[in-house]
Amino acid sequence: MYSEKDIKDGKIRALVLTGSGINCEEEMAAACRLAGAHAEIVHLSRIFNGEVSIHDYDLLNLPGGFSFGDDLGSAKVLANQLKVRPIASGIPFMEEIQRFLADGKYIIGVCNGFQALVKMGLLPNTGGKGEQEATLTFNDSGKFEDRWVTCKVLEDPPTPFLKGIDTLDLPVRHGEGRLIFRDETVRRAVVEKKLNVLAYADRQGHVTHTYPYNPNGSELNCAGLCDPSGQIFGLMPHPEAYLTVYNHPDWNRRKKTGQLTSEKGEGLKIFENVVGRVTR
Amino acid sequence: MPQTYFIQLILKETIRDVTGEWVKHSATRYLNLDTGRVKSSRLFTVRLDISPEEIRLFAESVLRDPVIQDVYIGTFYPAEKFTRKLLIAKRPGVTDDEGISAQKALGDTLNREFSTHIQQIYTADLFYFEKPLAQKDLITLGEELLGNPLINYFDAGPVDEPITYVPNVRMESRAEIRTIPVNREDDELLRLSSEMLLSLNLDEMKAIRNYFKREDVRTARKKAGLDENPTDCELEILGQTWSEHCKHKEFNARIHFRDEEKDQDEIIDSLFKTYIRKSTDIIRKRFEKAGNPWLLKVFTDNAGVVRINEDSCFIWKVETHNSPSALDPYGGALTGIVGVNRDPLGTGIGGSRLLFNTDVLCFGNPDHPGKLLPGQLHPRRIMSGVVKGIEDGGNKSGIPTINGSVIFDDRFSGKPLVFCGTAAVMPLKYGDRPTWIKSIDPGDRIVMAGGRVGKDGIHGATFSSLEIDEHSPRSAVQIGSPITQKNMSDFMVDAARQGLIKCSTDNGAGGLSSSIGELAQISGGAEVYLEQVPLKYPGLQPWEIFVSESQERMTLVIEPDQVKKVFDLAKLYDVEVTDIGRFTGSGHLQLFYEKQPAAFLDLNFLHNGVPRKHLEAVWKKPEVKEPELTGEPDIKETLLTLLGSLNICSRESIIRRYDHEVKGRTVVKPLMGEEGHAPQDAGVMRLDFDTWEGIAVSNGIMPKFGDIDAYEASAGAFDEAVRQIISVGGRLPDPEDINSPFWSVNDNFCVPDSVYDPETNPDGKYKLAQLVRMNQALFDMATTFNIPMTSGKDSMKNDFRKGKVKISVPPTVLYSMAAKIDDIRTVTTSDFKRPGDAIYLIGKTRNELGGSEFYRLLGHLGANVPKVHKANALNLYRMMGIAHREGFLASSHDLSDGGLAVALAECVIGGPFGAAVDVGYGDLPLIPELFSESHSRFVVSVPAKNQTTFENLMGSDARFLGAVSEEPVLKISFKGEKILDVSKEEMLEKWSSGLVF
Repeated sequence: MYSEKDIKDGKIRALVLTGSGINCEEEMAAACRLAGAHAEIVHLSRIFNGEVSIHDYDLLNLPGGFSFGDDLGSAKVLANQLKVRPIASGIPFMEEIQRFLADGKYIIGVCNGFQALVKMGLLPNTGGKGEQEATLTFNDSGKFEDRWVTCKVLEDPPTPFLKGIDTLDLPVRHGEGRLIFRDETVRRAVVEKKLNVLAYADRQGHVTHTYPYNPNGSELNCAGLCDPSGQIFGLMPHPEAYLTVYNHPDWNRRKKTGQLTSEKGEGLKIFENVVGRVTR
Repeated sequence: MPQTYFIQLILKETIRDVTGEWVKHSATRYLNLDTGRVKSSRLFTVRLDISPEEIRLFAESVLRDPVIQDVYIGTFYPAEKFTRKLLIAKRPGVTDDEGISAQKALGDTLNREFSTHIQQIYTADLFYFEKPLAQKDLITLGEELLGNPLINYFDAGPVDEPITYVPNVRMESRAEIRTIPVNREDDELLRLSSEMLLSLNLDEMKAIRNYFKREDVRTARKKAGLDENPTDCELEILGQTWSEHCKHKEFNARIHFRDEEKDQDEIIDSLFKTYIRKSTDIIRKRFEKAGNPWLLKVFTDNAGVVRINEDSCFIWKVETHNSPSALDPYGGALTGIVGVNRDPLGTGIGGSRLLFNTDVLCFGNPDHPGKLLPGQLHPRRIMSGVVKGIEDGGNKSGIPTINGSVIFDDRFSGKPLVFCGTAAVMPLKYGDRPTWIKSIDPGDRIVMAGGRVGKDGIHGATFSSLEIDEHSPRSAVQIGSPITQKNMSDFMVDAARQGLIKCSTDNGAGGLSSSIGELAQISGGAEVYLEQVPLKYPGLQPWEIFVSESQERMTLVIEPDQVKKVFDLAKLYDVEVTDIGRFTGSGHLQLFYEKQPAAFLDLNFLHNGVPRKHLEAVWKKPEVKEPELTGEPDIKETLLTLLGSLNICSRESIIRRYDHEVKGRTVVKPLMGEEGHAPQDAGVMRLDFDTWEGIAVSNGIMPKFGDIDAYEASAGAFDEAVRQIISVGGRLPDPEDINSPFWSVNDNFCVPDSVYDPETNPDGKYKLAQLVRMNQALFDMATTFNIPMTSGKDSMKNDFRKGKVKISVPPTVLYSMAAKIDDIRTVTTSDFKRPGDAIYLIGKTRNELGGSEFYRLLGHLGANVPKVHKANALNLYRMMGIAHREGFLASSHDLSDGGLAVALAECVIGGPFGAAVDVGYGDLPLIPELFSESHSRFVVSVPAKNQTTFENLMGSDARFLGAVSEEPVLKISFKGEKILDVSKEEMLEKWSSGLVF
């Protein structure tokens, strides 16, 4: 819990969910801290039992991992829990989320966290009803893969998370990252509202369906989505795994040939963007 | 009686069925079966007292993904375009995590509590096939591609036949404690050992007989309410505690070693004490003398502990899981990796943070064309199952796999070798208590945490032949549950930091018997109430409860006034904890079942009463000779063939399935470079986000040289592991230097049966001599480099037997090394970085083609095995350390399989450039210059500005070869004459396609 001093220092507060198989919470918290926020890793149980309230925070992080072992489909059990389970006060957790968003706060989900947001109906949510409009399922390659991809940001994205970013390299580490929309109506609405904010691209930054640049066969080559408000952003690649240049597979050549100008990794910018956006 | 509901989930027709496509493709490729179109589906069998409305809600809104799936409840997919079906269900008692997760989701949805510890929802795969496959072909598909008869139940047939199978466990047995007379004749004793599957020999059985005859023992037993004869429980505990696995009887045996080459005889009083422990003791003393005592705990706990810095220590363990992986590759490997996670987790007080995994795998040729023996799985299946097991074990636990190795040799086609390792970091203190020390006082509670107990792993594979009933639980193989363990490890990290755990240990081989039996030595006794132990299903005998190897369990030592806090915290993490007894100072291990005494064993006898073995070893050099090569091979074709060969080609299809960067701190991954094609020597990981300190990790393993001389195979493997860490920028330990970094080694010996028997093992004396020589090399290498063993393991019976046929692994030792890196930003990767950089060969090439990949290609073994020149290597590695520290190097790659030619090719493959070199400046002919596998060598590239200082530093150890070129082509000359010109693309294509699955 925060001390009075922490709360008064003006820094924004990030809550990083963990528990039940989530496993990227440490680097997610590090990302928030390096971006200038306070970050606290909180077990899901402490939210459901009422010990911790999300309203004491400004940014909710759903990290990657294998919540409930990806049983029943990636993030399915977690999404169901977040959707149907009430917290100790009896209020459904989904209502807590609605209030959190109404307060102008932000949510980011990475990999398993993104899968949860999609299966909870929070992304892309073109219809505004919180229905599941898309899913993330098995890669076309049929297997889990860890590889670095280049991502292209949609021009003028309707979310602060990606402001000022054109392309960025990030690792993908998933077996179920193929984004499929429920139907043509949803797909069209996503494009019209510009919610498909992040796409897989080749090394030159051109959006492509070619494997392995598009590592999973996603529709619209989509790597990440935001909701119409721009407050919720989810993506399959891992920005929290590229916080310093030393994460990149080609860092050694860049360093040895004098091409590194900063030690910051490209993924950090996403967290800096949202931390910079919120003020207390 | 609960209702039984069947729920089927199947992809909508518009959605691509990747699994079905894979089945069709694999059936054609590996089984030569034309299945036609295949459709996959999932089946959930629910045995719960809930209403049809509730089931519908659950199926439609929880199980189904509405975007891609259709659901059938009580009915099945009509399967109109298909003719055959195959159900692959789990047998009773087999871990079914997905079913448990479904139970959780059901509880969330109905807002009701369903136990998540007892299986009530079962999952299965149901496949449909277009072609009318014969029944036997369907079963082949099940047994050889999609499942395993040890753990799966198959139901094959026409699509319209109903499905009724429910894998619930039903056992009719009453718990009882039997007394077994042991005052018998010798042959009767042996028969008892064999009937009870105790695996104890006559000497050991006699020691037991004598113990129970002792007057003091009889009196004490009588007082404790026990018969003068042992209970079944007691014999099982002795069998488990005295097993080779737990007491390392062969590594502790007295060995008569005859060296025929030197005409010398020697008595070796325990290989472990003479070579392994002694080398570490010597090294420890050297560092302690210099005032740098970084070896905190070696050999005495689940994993070795070394000091990283003022705040934290590094813990790690590498183990094998060979036999289980031969039976059930997926479950065996999964349990191997998840099991070894618990070693650092349960070292000292426990609750360390797991840092990384490393895996080394030895398989038979995946394209093995020959016939298989009954019970032998095809090497390709073993490989794909093991890889998948490690994938799930590592990825689902959130632990990066940052380094590994894969070796192919047909002698691994009976039993694969599956080495799994896990490293962790722990603070040096929790509060004011040193973390690596275990302390226990009488009165402390014994708390079991994690999974429940079933028949898993009792008596290993032998027991499975006794299982015949379709409702009897499967015990032969354990299947790990990463999610259960992840919750438990999160809980332990939290509990340990809050000071709630006094100490802990894991339940692996031997279960509670092993963990409590060992911990009881610290306080001087223990009492366990077996009826308190939570079971997966009723019907276990008291002795089964105690020796069961059910996974994901830790034994925690908790002070009585902390018990409540521990239980509250565990609830938060959804971890089951149970108070099952207490530690005492009675000198005995005492068990009770519903107040009835089940065991009363003197701890001293239990742990020190096993008689020592006496073994014979005779060393005589095998008769090997160098082949006479006729004609010059085509160098380009040779190089390309080598690059595509099994032991050299890219491991990308394995590497990418392992998450190597979760935790966000992996700095050198197995594959680097812009396109991720540059193979690396050692993995490097940053310790945390607030420091640039890191750890480098490597693995050295070279069984192929053992056919010529096991000493050199062991020395070479040690050198390989050292030079890989040196190659990325590691610094050798130096007793003179107060800031010397730690190095920590796990040795793992995996050998064939090395106990001489005139009939079943006539060359046993030679095999044991090989083991002796491997240990001698270990001692020599460790003490030369001051690199100590901190933990290790031996696996002594790696033979697959069927009747008279025996497939034995070559004697193999793996050295897994970890070393501290002061600043991870200074490390160097293997790929060439910039055109114009000068390329050097570091270290001396000798005419050592014996055992090389080049000879293997030609079908030769040879005789000139590479030897490690220890003093030269030591000096060279120190110089390399300086070169790294001064930043002279742009790239560095160690030379290994395939020699200089392959190393140069790999440096080119990894980056966008080429190289032009002349390899003829030495005094050797072309072939050994290119393909000799002499140890202690590197290819490095050096920017022009550093060339002079670098050459001055390295002197004659550095041989200039040429330069990195803009054009992505490898050009090799020999004394001015062009001998090779091959494009990077051509090499990459060959290298990338050697192992694809």
